[in-house]
Amino acid sequence: MQTVTRNQLVEKAKELLNNGTVTRVLGIKKGEFSYDLTPAVFTSAEELEKEFEFNGFAAANFSKYLVKLADGEGKILVFLKPCDSYSFNQLLTEHRFNRENVYAVGIECDGFADYKKIEEEFNDGIKSVEFNGEKIEVTTLYDGKKELAFADYMLERCKNCKTKKIAAFDELLTENSDETKNTRFEEVEKLEAMTPDERYAFWRNELSRCIRCNACRDVCPACTCEKCVFNNPDSGVENKAIQNSFEENMFHIIRAFHVAGRCTDCGECSRVCPQHIPLHLLNRKFIKDINSFYGEYQAGAEVGNRAPLVNYTKEDIEPKDAVGRGSEE
Amino acid sequence: MQRIGVFVCWCGSNIAATVDVKAVAEALKSEPGVVFSTDYQYMCSQAGQDLIKEAIKEHKLTGLVICSCSPRMHENTFRKVAADSGINPYMVEIANIREQCSWVHKDKAIGTEKAIILARAAVAKVHLNTPLTPGESEVTKRALVIGGGIAGIQTALDIADAGYKVDIVETKPTIGGKMAQLDKTFPTLDCAACILTPKMVEVAQNENVRIFSYSEVTEVGGFVGNFTVKIKKKARYVKEDVCTGCGLCTEKCPMKKVPNDFNLGMNNKGAIYIPFAQAVPKVATIDPNYCNMLKNGKCGLCAKVCTAGAIDYTQKDEIIEEKYGAIVAATGYNPISLDKFDEFAYNQSKDVITSLEFERLTNAAGPTNGVLLRPSDLKHPKTIVFVQCVGSRCSADASKGKEYCSKICCMYTAKHAMLTRDKYPDTDVYVFYIDVRTPGKNFDEFYRRAVEEYGVHYIKGMVGKVIPEGDKLIVQGSDLLDNKQLKIEADLVVLAAAIEPDKSARNLATMLTASMDTNDFFTEAHPKLRPVESPTAGIFLSGTCQGPKDIPETVSQAGAAASKVIGLLAKDKLKGNPCVAHSDELMCNGCSSCERVCPYKAITYVDKEFRMPDRTTKVRRVAFVNEAVCQGCGACTVACPSGAMDLKGFKSKQIMAEVDAICK
Repeated sequence: MQTVTRNQLVEKAKELLNNGTVTRVLGIKKGEFSYDLTPAVFTSAEELEKEFEFNGFAAANFSKYLVKLADGEGKILVFLKPCDSYSFNQLLTEHRFNRENVYAVGIECDGFADYKKIEEEFNDGIKSVEFNGEKIEVTTLYDGKKELAFADYMLERCKNCKTKKIAAFDELLTENSDETKNTRFEEVEKLEAMTPDERYAFWRNELSRCIRCNACRDVCPACTCEKCVFNNPDSGVENKAIQNSFEENMFHIIRAFHVAGRCTDCGECSRVCPQHIPLHLLNRKFIKDINSFYGEYQAGAEVGNRAPLVNYTKEDIEPKDAVGRGSEE
Repeated sequence: MQRIGVFVCWCGSNIAATVDVKAVAEALKSEPGVVFSTDYQYMCSQAGQDLIKEAIKEHKLTGLVICSCSPRMHENTFRKVAADSGINPYMVEIANIREQCSWVHKDKAIGTEKAIILARAAVAKVHLNTPLTPGESEVTKRALVIGGGIAGIQTALDIADAGYKVDIVETKPTIGGKMAQLDKTFPTLDCAACILTPKMVEVAQNENVRIFSYSEVTEVGGFVGNFTVKIKKKARYVKEDVCTGCGLCTEKCPMKKVPNDFNLGMNNKGAIYIPFAQAVPKVATIDPNYCNMLKNGKCGLCAKVCTAGAIDYTQKDEIIEEKYGAIVAATGYNPISLDKFDEFAYNQSKDVITSLEFERLTNAAGPTNGVLLRPSDLKHPKTIVFVQCVGSRCSADASKGKEYCSKICCMYTAKHAMLTRDKYPDTDVYVFYIDVRTPGKNFDEFYRRAVEEYGVHYIKGMVGKVIPEGDKLIVQGSDLLDNKQLKIEADLVVLAAAIEPDKSARNLATMLTASMDTNDFFTEAHPKLRPVESPTAGIFLSGTCQGPKDIPETVSQAGAAASKVIGLLAKDKLKGNPCVAHSDELMCNGCSSCERVCPYKAITYVDKEFRMPDRTTKVRRVAFVNEAVCQGCGACTVACPSGAMDLKGFKSKQIMAEVDAICK
């Protein structure tokens, strides 16, 4: 459960709007359903009071929105969770928005709930989800009211939270912590332990559900191309009708290659996937490989760093060693 | 739609023996866009070229596909044919059906099938080719020679002689290199110093030559005709332009126990030293690792005795930046370390020495003033065993030595043996050899003289072990011709250690983006036809950095490299390569990935105004490629996450079309 409250954020936003530090606030408002929160821009205290929302579903990574929203009169306020702050730095490294136009307030994060997991607990008909301390109170049409332990229903990325450290901010609303955990690669290790055939079967099965809605791409903070190849008729690989061919499955692998070395492991791709495909594991495998080939590297840990994949040092792994590694299996 | 002509070359029987050239020409006729297809025995010959020109005229061709050898061989030939006939030379594609097809296949059916596929891919690419025009760039009329041995000196002299400026960078305090350490030179036996030192003086006095001694190249940027090089002049703590080279400081220096590297550590020198009497430049250098003044601020004697006031303990390394049109690598060689050859007892006995050490022992300016005395007790050795191929031709255990033949050892060992017998006729001299290799003018005669006139005992076979016993060295070896084991009680054992490229060469090759072989010798652009050029444009090779060589060969190669440099510097403008990177501004994110991977610093960023769909304008940061600097390596096209960066002539679309044609 989040220790930062909605009211804390609203008060901060109002203060910064009133003293003229910012002209706009990037936040979240309520959607159709209680689990359905939508990023939005607020320009007045009234709007904030009325529509600003923040609860256990407010997992959205705000940084990508700055690519479009940072331009404009005055500064925009953004609340950066640890995850968001790495994307924030990575986008600055890639010159995707102007740092001058943004006022960043760092907020600590205790993890967010995975609505898909909650949904699986019930037959249809979830009416509302309320967060109450360590509990999640779910009201449903058929099963009545039920209490779930928050810790059991966290997003995978939060359960295996890589770090609580906020890497970028102008001001901190809460404490900044150095707490890091190193459990996130366990999921990748499970995949690595499979035989190539098993792994192929695993991914074909997972990716067979893909409906090419492109939500993963649209939400990904590393996917900010002016014109995506998958929207570019000139590329010959633009949007296709849904089908379950191997070539179609390659979409996700191409995307993983595309963001390799720039992916901060924010996990948004898996969170927004309507088909529950654990897409972030593809990216995480790349991160694990980069770490083992070139030494520990966290994309977005700082601005302007030369990522290992666009750098050359004499200590770099020899291609033959990188290639030979896979053939042992 | 292109009108494409396909020309299939037989290359005599090189291609025609394993590829049915007529079938290839026939099959290509049905490819879209192909209006003419034929085969010919030698397409690169005048008659072949005329055939292409005729076809261009007759069939109004707009694109050509030549199925022949590697584009490295004749792409330029066929581009010129196209240009002569009014077609843009970049509308020509080569399908390599020789190196990549006929030479690697034995079965004609398979070879033919593959040749057709390769030709189809080339046709698919030509459809997407666009005319390209190369840009031009200026040539900086100054050359850099890296290494001041005989190779570097000769190259510099020849370039300077043609009227061009040339700089020599030498890491040691003096030029002269290995040749300055030698005693006599085969096969004429004239003294190395007598023929080298006049050249050293000549190069120092030549007004077109600058010598940066005790200096290193630290950074190389730019491209052919326009290199920018950073040279670190190491602090020698002596003002080079003030020192007169009188040598008083070197006599007075109280620190006497510095191993003299010029004599390979066989005697000592002071902490301030002049390597040898004929050093160029003849100025003193302080070794900071031994100088008491530099280490703990106590002494200062050299400054007190220097009447010229040349000593400067506060001197710092200095970085000089200079522009060059051409760079010559002349980094030379070193004998290999003998640590792995413990069987010869090199590290156990002072009387087991390398040939270069022997060279110093017999040199009048060496540690024994030219009298052959063995290092342990300074007695005249009565029995000397020479062992050849120590570390050379080590195919069985390449991790221990080198697989190649060091080339010079047979001749210098014959020289050593002959000179020893000449000066000290009471000495027994044995030479253990695998083969005696003496190709070269007057070389075999020289070796025969050693055997026949001077009575040197040549024994075919290798030495298995050298055991120091008392003041003797027991040499156990085999005589393969007599088929018996030998045991020789020797006073001195001389090892002909293999030679290897100087360790600095690898680092330099990286800076120059010049390629090397597995032994760290620089590779030439073509082993037969372009032996003194590196595959990297504007980089030339002189002397042993390219492969083992004796002095006559080194000097002739040095002259050849110089003539190539002169040919380059004589041009006012250089035509660039039009196959350079190009960024699609509408797709560029300005993310800087390309800038980060560009090895030539050819990419910068500009803020540019763009019209947006809703009639607003937006300023966006986009990549800008300096086409004169870009070398078309393509690193940026791979790094670009948005697919905005593409290589002219090798667009992703063109390559995908080739792949599709192959996979069809």
